[in-house]
Formats: sequence, C-alpha cells, structure tokens
Amino acid sequence: MKIKSVLLGAVAATALAPAAFAERGSDGHVNVIYWQAPSILNPYLSSGTKDIESSSLVIEPLGRYDPTGALVPYLAEEIPTVENGGVSEDLTSITWKLKPGLKWSDGSPVTSADVKFTADYCMHPEGGCAQLAKFEGISSIDLIDDLTVKVNFSEPKPNPYGAFMGGQSPILQKAQFENCMGAKAPECTDANFGPIGTGPFAVTEFRPNDVISMVANPNYRDPAKPAFATLTFKGGGDATAAGRSVLETGEFDYAWNLQLAPDVIAKMEEAGKGKTVAAFGSLVERIEMNMTDPSPSLPEGERSTAKHPHPALSELAVRKALSMAIDRELLVEIGYGKAGRATCNLVPAPAMYASDNTDCMTQDIEGAKALLEEAGWKVGAGGIREKDGVKLSLLYQTSTNAVRQDFQALIKQWWSEIGVETELRNISGSVFFGGDPGSPDTFQKFYADVEMYANNFDGTDPEAYLAQHTCEKAPKPESQWQGENINRFCDPEYDKLVAELGKTGILSERGAIAKKLNEMLTKDSYVVVPLVDRGRVSAHSNTLGGVVLNTWDSELWNAADWYRIK
Amino acid sequence: MLTFTVRRLVLAVPTLLFISLVIFLLLELAPGDPMAQVPLTVPPEVKEKMREALGLGQPVHIRFLKWLVQFFWIEPQILIDNIFGTGLAEGKLRVLSWQTRSPVMDIVVQRMPQTLWVVGMSYIIGVLIALPIGIYSAYKQYSIFDQVGTFVSMVGFSVPTFFTGVLLIVIFSVNLGWFPSIYDTTHKVTDWSSFVFQLRQMAMPVFVLALYNAAQISRFMRASMLDNLNQDYVRTARAKGLGEKAVVLVHVLRNSMIPVVTVIALGAPQVFGGAIITEQVFKVNGLGQLLIGAIEANDLPMVQTLTFIFALLIVLFNIIADVLYGILDPRIRYD
Amino acid sequence: MTEAPEKVIPAAGGATPAGALADPIPVAPPRSQWRAVWQQFKTHRGALLGGIIFLVIVLAVFIGPLVWPYDATYIDIRARNQGPSFAHPLGTDQLGRDTLARMMAGGQTSVAVGITAMLLALFLGSLVGVVAGYFKRLDGPLMRLTDLFLALPLLPLLLVMVLLFRDALNQAFGPETGIFILIVCAIGVTSWMPTARIVRGDVLALKEREFVLAARSIGTRNTMMILRHVLPNVLSPIMVSATLGIANAIITESALSFLGLGFPPDFPTWGRLLFDATDYLQQYPERVFWPGVAISLTVLSVNYLGDGLRDALDPRIRGR
Repeated sequence: MKIKSVLLGAVAATALAPAAFAERGSDGHVNVIYWQAPSILNPYLSSGTKDIESSSLVIEPLGRYDPTGALVPYLAEEIPTVENGGVSEDLTSITWKLKPGLKWSDGSPVTSADVKFTADYCMHPEGGCAQLAKFEGISSIDLIDDLTVKVNFSEPKPNPYGAFMGGQSPILQKAQFENCMGAKAPECTDANFGPIGTGPFAVTEFRPNDVISMVANPNYRDPAKPAFATLTFKGGGDATAAGRSVLETGEFDYAWNLQLAPDVIAKMEEAGKGKTVAAFGSLVERIEMNMTDPSPSLPEGERSTAKHPHPALSELAVRKALSMAIDRELLVEIGYGKAGRATCNLVPAPAMYASDNTDCMTQDIEGAKALLEEAGWKVGAGGIREKDGVKLSLLYQTSTNAVRQDFQALIKQWWSEIGVETELRNISGSVFFGGDPGSPDTFQKFYADVEMYANNFDGTDPEAYLAQHTCEKAPKPESQWQGENINRFCDPEYDKLVAELGKTGILSERGAIAKKLNEMLTKDSYVVVPLVDRGRVSAHSNTLGGVVLNTWDSELWNAADWYRIK
Repeated sequence: MLTFTVRRLVLAVPTLLFISLVIFLLLELAPGDPMAQVPLTVPPEVKEKMREALGLGQPVHIRFLKWLVQFFWIEPQILIDNIFGTGLAEGKLRVLSWQTRSPVMDIVVQRMPQTLWVVGMSYIIGVLIALPIGIYSAYKQYSIFDQVGTFVSMVGFSVPTFFTGVLLIVIFSVNLGWFPSIYDTTHKVTDWSSFVFQLRQMAMPVFVLALYNAAQISRFMRASMLDNLNQDYVRTARAKGLGEKAVVLVHVLRNSMIPVVTVIALGAPQVFGGAIITEQVFKVNGLGQLLIGAIEANDLPMVQTLTFIFALLIVLFNIIADVLYGILDPRIRYD
Repeated sequence: MTEAPEKVIPAAGGATPAGALADPIPVAPPRSQWRAVWQQFKTHRGALLGGIIFLVIVLAVFIGPLVWPYDATYIDIRARNQGPSFAHPLGTDQLGRDTLARMMAGGQTSVAVGITAMLLALFLGSLVGVVAGYFKRLDGPLMRLTDLFLALPLLPLLLVMVLLFRDALNQAFGPETGIFILIVCAIGVTSWMPTARIVRGDVLALKEREFVLAARSIGTRNTMMILRHVLPNVLSPIMVSATLGIANAIITESALSFLGLGFPPDFPTWGRLLFDATDYLQQYPERVFWPGVAISLTVLSVNYLGDGLRDALDPRIRGR
C-alpha cells in the first residue's frame, strides 16, 4: 500500500477525534439497531454481515480499511509494506508488529501468540472456519518476539493483506479459545457469545438472534474512549421498522443498511429526529446472462450446462440489445435514490481498478431494435422477435425483495418494447442463495435465462472476484452445482489474463489487468450486465456524533469515536 | 374417562415419534442450505468445509437418530441437572443450533418470557373478550350490538396483522409517542414504574393479537349459541320456570361449548409457536421470530426441535379437548 | 329431540299429513323445500345485501378489466405516485401503474383463489371431521393425521410442494392454470385441520342425540344419516369456518408469492397490494385503504351470506 494512503488514513483517524476530550463512559448509553439479528460473535464460525459487524465492536484485527479503502493500523504499529520492509521483496512473507502495551478487556496483555493462535484456530481442518479463504496460501507463522509475528506464504502473494485485516479476521484471545479448536469450536458457547477482545466494548449479555448488551472496555487502549458507558445492540425486524425507530421515534441512535425505497426514507427523514448517511463500496446489482440452455425439455443433468449453448443468449447482439434497452438512471431513481449510482462496471471501485466504461449509460430502444433486426431477429407473432424458430422469450428470475420486483417489472416492459417476451419469477432468498443441489431454484443452478442479484468483494482487491469467471469455475452437476462462474462464461483469453493477474505485484499493472478483465465481461461481451452500483444507506440520530460510514470494513469500525452531541 | 386419558397418553408416544420422523424427512426434502446467508464472497470450497463441520455430510438416518437421542435422552438430563444440581449430562453433546452453535433449548428457554407475556396474554385476553361477545351477540341476534360485533370481528380477522401492526406503530409510536415501537426483551419488572413500562411495550402487540384471536373465537361462540338457543330443551327449561340467566349461561352455554373448546384448544399451542408476523413487526423476538429466522437460515436442528415441541403441545391439547368433550357432554363416550 | 323429522315436515307440507312419522324419509318434491329456503333467505336483509355486494365485487373484477382502458401491468413511469384523478380514479403506484386496474386484476386472483381454496379446505375438513366423528374406528387414525398436519411447519411444507409439483403442473396445465392449482391445493391442504377438529367435536356429541338414535332405530343407512341428519346440524361451524377461510386464503396467497410459490411477481393480488403498500402507509395511505377495504368487504359479504344461508336452512327458524 502506498505511503500516501497510509498517511491519509492517519489523517482521517485524527480528524475523527473530537470526542477525545471526553472521559470514557461520560456520554451514557447508546442504542444500535440492525434489522438482521446477530447469532454469534465469532466471525470465524459465521460470516454473516450481522455477525461480523456486531463482533467488530468487541474484537479487532491488526488493521482495517478506512472509508477510502486505505489500510489503517489498529492493533498493529503500522501497515507492513514492501517499502517499509514489512513485506519481503519476493512477496512470500509479511511481518506484523503489535502496538506495545495492548491489553485484552480482562487485563491480560496481547501478544504475538494470540495472533498465531488465531491463524491456527481458523486453519484447523475440522473447524469449518468461515474465513478460511483469508488464510489461503499461508505455509507457516513464526513468532519473532512477544510483539512480532511473521506470516510465510507458500508462493508469492501480491496481496498479502488477507489474514488479520478487516472485520472478517480479528484476533482472538488464545487463553479463551485454546480448548475450542476444530470440532470442539461449537461447544464453546460462552466464548463464541462473549469473546474477550481489545475493542471499545465488552459483552455483558448476548441473546442470540435478539439483543446484545455491552459496556465500555475498561482496558481500551485510548483512556478517553469510548465515550459511551453502555451499548445496546438490538437485532431483528425489518429495514422499515429500523429506520423508523431512528428517524421518526428517536428510540435508537443508529440503524444499519436501510434498504428502502428512496421516497420512504425521505418521508422518514422529514420527522427531523435523525439523518441518513450513504457511502459506496463494490456492491453491484447486475443481470447475469445464461450462456447455456436452461430449457426444461433437456434431460436433468444437461440443463444449464456447457453441453448446450443458449439458443438466443449465446449471441452477442441479443445480449447487447437487452443491455441497451435498460435505463439505468431511472432504475436508480426508483429503487435506490442516493444509495445508488448507475454503472456499467462489475468492479466499480476502488478507482485504481475501476474502468471508465460508460457506454451503457443511455437507454437506446431504437438502437437495440436495429441491432436485433440486423442480427436476423424478426418480429413475429404477438410482437415477439424470432429467428430460425427460436423465440426471444426469456425467464427472468431473482430473489424476493420489493426493489428487485420493481426492477423486474420495469425491465420486462423495456424488453417488451424491443420485442422480447419476459416471464418473471421471484424466489425466496433463503432458497435462491442457498446452494442446495436438490433445488431447481438456486442462483448457481440457473434454470432460467437471465437472473438478477448483487455481489461484491471483500476488502479492496478484486483479484479473487474477477477470477470467479474462469472456465473451470462454472457450476455443473459433477461439482454439485457449486461454482462461482454463474453465467458459464468461458474464454481462454480471460483465463490467461486472470493467471497473469495472480503473478503481478506492481499495483498499476494490476489495475490495468483488472480493468481489462472487467471490460471483457461487460462492454465486450455483455455476459454480465451491471445495473446499479449500490451504496449503503444507514441512519443515525441527530444527537449521535462521530459517525463515518465505511463500506470497506465493518460499519461500526470507529464506534470508539462516537459521542453524544449535547 | 381416566382409562381413556391414560390410553391416549400412551398412544401419543408412537404418534409423536412418527410425527418427528415426518418433520425430519420434510425438512430434509425441502430445498435450502444453511449456507444461504453466507455472503457470496465466501468461496464454495470454504462453504463445503463449513457444511461438513455442521455434520451435514452424515447420512440422514444417523442424523435423525442423533437428534432423537439428544432430544429425548440428553436434554431431559440437562433439565434434571439444572433442577437438582447433578452432573448427569456433563460432556454430552446437546442439540446444537447451526446458526448460533449453541444449545437450542437454552435459546428456547430464553425466548419463553416475552412469548408468554405477549402471545400468551393476548390469547387469554382474546378468549375472555370473545366469550361474552359471542354469547351476547347470539342472545340478541341482529341487534345493533351483534351487527357492530360482526363488523368489527370480520374486519379484525380479514385485515392482516402485518398491516394493523404497522398502522398502530405509525399512530401510537410515531405520531402520539405513547408506546415504544421496539420491544425491549432485556427489560425486567422490578417495581411499579418498570411494570408500567412493561405494560406500555406490550400494549400494541397484545392488542393486535387479541383482536385477531377474539374475532375468530367469538364467531364460533356466536354460531354455536345460535344453534342451541332454539332447541327444545331451552323451551323446556324456560317452561319449567328457570331464570333467563340460568337458562342461557348454564344450559345453553354448556351445550354450545364443544366447538368453542375445540377452537381454543387448537389455538393454545399457537401461543407457544408464537405469532410470527406480530413478533416481527414489534421486534418482540419470541419463539415465532426464532422459528422463522431458523427456517430462513435453514437451521434444521432448531426448526426440528421447535416444531417438535409444537407438535407435542398440539397432541397434548387435543387430548385435553377430547377429555373436556366428555365432561361437557357426558353422552360422548370413547370406549 | 326430533329435529330431523321436523325438518322435513314443512317441506312435505300437507301432502302426507299422517304418514310423516311412519314414513322414514318422506319423499317430498325437492323444489318446494328449496323454495322455502329461498323465501326465508329473501327476508334476511343482511344476507341479501351481502349477496348483492358479493355479486358486485365479482362482476367488477371479472368484467371491469374488459372495459377499463389500462392494463394492470402497464408501466407509465411519468405518471408514478399520482393521487386520484379522472384518468386514474384510485391513483397510480410507485411505477405509475393504474391502481384501479391492479385492484380489478388482483381481485380476480384473490377472489378465485379465496373461494376455491376455502371450498377445498371446507370439503376436506368436513369430510375428515364427519367420518372421524361418526365412525369410531376411523376416529383415531384420522385425528392423528390431523395432528400430523397441524404440526408440520408450513413454510418447508410449501417449499417441498413447489419442488415436487411446480414443473409437473406447469407442463400439464400451462403456467397460469398450473400455478393456480398449486396455490389452491397448497392453501387447501394446509388449512383443513381446524374445520375437521371442530366438525368432529360436534359430530361426536350429535350422534349420541335422541334424533340420531331414533333415525338409526328405523334403519337409516350411514350415508343417509350423515347427509340428512348429521351434516345439516354441523352447518353453522362450517359456515363460520368458510368466512374465516376466505380471509385466510387471500392473505396466505400473498405470503406464498414471497416464497416464489405464488403467481409471477408482476401479477397483482389484493394481499400483495396490501403488503407492498404498507411501507408507503404514511405517504400514500389510500394505497393500503383500497385492498384492505376490498378484502374486508368480500369477507363481510360472504359472512352475511353464510348467516342468511344458515338461518334459511334451519327449519326451526324458517318455521317462525
């Protein structure tokens, strides 16, 4: 990481310090509501956002991402880089140094043994660790001294900030989790529900899927923080109710991720009890085109596999016309308001990796019609285009969600204008995103022509995310339909470029390759049709100060700096 | 009657075992995956490892037997341990939730207070309102009281709770600010003011549910009373000079209670099942919310345990209803 | 207690003055009985009004879309979130679709699903209830089956039904009819149990009454006994179940569509309109008002129809 961004991070951190004059615990109580309730406070056993974010108040990683996506040291003295010698020249090891004098909330010192233990805990073969991907490629961990730990990789790792970085992989206390390794992990209920941490708060009571009560950590490294003596973290309900409790009734101080229609939020804000904040990350709502034939007339096991290319969608002109018919600006206006931006990119941020591709921004119904006409798709019975006996009739599926159903209705109408017939289907999220190979309705199985959902990547590096579209990652019956290449896109050029990205360490070159990969999926082939770069909208009450929304890490990343505006 | 009760209780055991098997197979067959809520950023290989750690790799019959042993053998031991302070179940594996990795029964126990306060109370209030309304509406059929009662109860039943709940919140929490819109499950009643707070936070969910329950039960009460009020025995009772009160509240009521007892017994297990939508709307986070959350997350051990406890109550309350039939109408014989 | 013979006397009229008690089942011309029922029904103002309102609703939702110019799924994005106007008497929704057109299209589905699913549940429930209550040997197994169905968790059950039957039904009946059958069956199969328990309880008590004994002593067969003597006497709880069942079916249908089991997402139904509008309760209260009123009116009118029908079929009331 560049020195400049580290500096920026440091500046950001000091700029957020107005609460520092306050004494710890002087501002009383703060209420936080998440409409998804946390079930466990150990992010290594559950990777649900609700669990990671609630635990981020208690346990901390060595470094976090700040709102700009830059790396900021937390428990570490500084972020190791090649420049400062923390990362070896050959990219095969990274050396972390802990801040001296750090204490766990129970008063015992934080040592490098805790860091090594955390890796051992997650990498245990029977543990079923949810963050295993973060520890991929680690061959061994050496304890240099009480405060220094060296992580060795089996091969050069251009992005060594997987483990111990960000809300997903915080440091656990060895003493507490020592007897919870591997298969025993679920038996340690007390530890999983109340981890001892270094964060600003410590758990007093955890009610799974309901509410967490916390107090200020008496051993937090900044003696003036946190400003709040106690914190209640309530979970459950729905986004509307969460927004209402902050913006309209003022019962709560902070509400997470208000996925609501823009006019609903605007009306709530009129009550004057609080305001919303928005920030953008890498989450992109997109339409995925199925390159294979999902027709139910094919025998089971051959539907949606590479054996049968899609009769219509395997043609570039069709995919491009479908994309051209969509008015993305209008979709944003209807569905997301200030929490969305129209986009043509799969990787919308950080700037270093984002392509400047904007060719999809203007809707062009006439152009789409001409394109189809030219490709030989003629208007047939009922205004539906057809070619060689194949009708342009698509099944369009997505998960159940009010905004997605509005999008479906709008897009169906635009497509009907260019002569494409659309059948809509919505599926309960727990089935759609569940990988049950027995269900015909999962997004991996893709028994439909097009489908819509949103995806993003962890941290700021899109390598793993772009690598999802290589040929061998296509879901197929032999692999129990597990696989991330949802559209079964297969281009040897693409695979080659992905392999090259894996070997490139220089940041500017990585950026160029990532942009190229992004364009190969979007404007060159229209296999993925990005619609909206989805930001996050959260709300805080007018009396809660210090809130800085962060989409690259846990939203509660700076809860230590929160204070009461009097 | 006693032999009947005993026989039914004994017969309930194989019934329940069969029901638990059917529930298990149903959940097994239903599409879904405990990894559905894991973000898409987690690669499939890691998800597969997580599934294995949950024990999903084992064959179905092994998992069912495991659950049976854990639920019927180990959990009762835990109960005994908790009551008598013994250590029978130490080190034994309990029924663990996949979401929280903690014992299911602990969470169930944790959820009981708010469910009983809100759902239980609303059921009792609903029944207590419904019976007099039903009786009086039937007695004065087509009076103004009856017409208003019919109107209110039909509207109360046909407008779903997801709407009435939100409407109440908008009126009483947002505009008037009388009641909290979010239920505080950690609240403990210790003195008068905390009791008042408890009443305030219960007011809206209890009202919504009580209206719904009362609407249903009062309709059955009214219909059944109407059936009986015109019977010959009522004429006979009046003819022999019995007071109107005695005729209606003793003779007619007793004979009209059979369908009402059935409806009440059908609804009672639902108290335990919680009120899924109302709990969601008011954030009561009771057993209903626990069940729906577990279903959405495909937390099979949790769903299995909750629905089984529910089945247990259904069977139990049906036996109670059957016994009550015999008491209400001695002509009903089961042997 | 001799209500069954009494029941047929008015129908028989003076045709068989003395033979009424001697003849087990007086063969009366059925028309005259139904005419008497109709006479009684007509005098029931509530029932008549309920019937008229119900007819109006049915006509509006089935004929209305034929004359109304807007299509329920047509999006006019410039006209979104409009209040009532001449062009859109009930306003438009967040995508500019005409609310009146959506109410009518939604009503078609909701009324059709509500009535059919209710009838199915009622049929299953009454059948199981009467058979269980009447035949002692079947009581145990049938009631345990009811317990089982009551205990099964609804959501997974519905998901399994989709998994097993959706594609088969779609292929056999085409997508729309297939989904309609699936929804009606799903609701019917999961909501017959209360009716069965209630009917059985009543039948248990009924079959020990004197008139049943009397009828049996004169050799009435079981089928006839059930149809003539038992069923008419459990009609009132069945009627209540019917009204409650319609409301239940309309709401359940909207819940199903969230599972992906229901109609396609652009297919409006009253339940879904109500659910979607709940978020907009504060900005556009009229959007929740219309579907709420439509559901309530339907249920109320069916309730009064049921009341009138019950009164009309009760010979003791009819005689007065």
